[in-house]
Amino acid sequence: MSPVSYIFGIVAAVLALAVVIELLRRHSLRERHAIWWLVAGVLALVVGVFPGTLVWAAGLLGVEVPTNLVFFVSIAILFFVCLQHSAELTVLESKTRVLAEQSALLELRIRQLENDRQSADGSSSTQ
Amino acid sequence: MHTRLDSTLIVMPAFNEEASVAEVIAEVLAKLPGVSVLVVDDGSSDATASRAREAGALVAVLPFNLGVGGAMRAGFKFALENGFDTVVQVDSDGQHDPSSVPALLDALDGADLVLGARFAGAGEYKVGGPRHWAMVVLASILSRTAHTELTDTTSGFRASGPRAVRLFAKHYPAEYLGDTIEALVIATRAKLVIRQIPVAMRVRAGGVPSHNPLKSAAYLARAGMALTFALIRPRGTFLPAVEVKP
Repeated sequence: MSPVSYIFGIVAAVLALAVVIELLRRHSLRERHAIWWLVAGVLALVVGVFPGTLVWAAGLLGVEVPTNLVFFVSIAILFFVCLQHSAELTVLESKTRVLAEQSALLELRIRQLENDRQSADGSSSTQ
Repeated sequence: MHTRLDSTLIVMPAFNEEASVAEVIAEVLAKLPGVSVLVVDDGSSDATASRAREAGALVAVLPFNLGVGGAMRAGFKFALENGFDTVVQVDSDGQHDPSSVPALLDALDGADLVLGARFAGAGEYKVGGPRHWAMVVLASILSRTAHTELTDTTSGFRASGPRAVRLFAKHYPAEYLGDTIEALVIATRAKLVIRQIPVAMRVRAGGVPSHNPLKSAAYLARAGMALTFALIRPRGTFLPAVEVKP
């Protein structure tokens, strides 16, 4: 591995981690959504600084080409992030549904109250 | 006499039904004196809500389209909050004949949920081809689940007793086919008693049942999925309806 590609790997990992941490710091990203990105960033940093760990892990798992382990882990993490987003979307949809129902029923109630008041006003003014 | 009608809420989910909704409400109010009608306007872009209001119904306007199941759950919630014991779902397109409602209500004496079935002898409603087979398969599986003979599981014409209203105000699925098929499974798993009675069904004002085999296959697949997942939901998802003292 050339020194340039070694540095490149580390810089990319640090950049990714910095973006995630900055978003967290500004409350633009919630912890439970950031967890997978943090895991990915840390893994990338570890492998970038100590390429030996990748070769060691690949050997441990019987993966012949260590780079393939990188691809496998990346795809697995992206898969879980996607799945988590789909699940979150479902939760959000059911929350919006409750809000929509509530707003419809509240609007109906306000209309009824207004009608009641108008008819009460009407009857008192005719007296 | 049906004093029961006073504590009965007719819920009509309506999506862009300005052409028929007023007429259906007028018919319901004429044939069922004392009943309250709630039209749930499911995000219509036409004058459904104002037509329904002019016709003398209560109208809840959903800010966007939720589907029949979403509209019905809003209806069940309204019934629960406003002290109605019974909810009867009637379509706003005039497909359901309000004169069958008293029969549905009578059947509630021995049951929590009563379906008005289209194929149980009354009326001239016919569905043929693959869609019919799909319905037969669904009916046989659901009959076994519900411990009663059901022939028309996708009928929207149904009456819910107090226990069912309490359950459905909380758990009423919004997914496609969830409101008919999954709701039955939810009711079964909450140990509600389900019955079916024959009702006459009129031909829908607009739209012809599809005979496209591809669409029928998709229908069966979605219905099968709705059914499967309803059956394998974790235990305790639908707690038995709790008795609430007024």
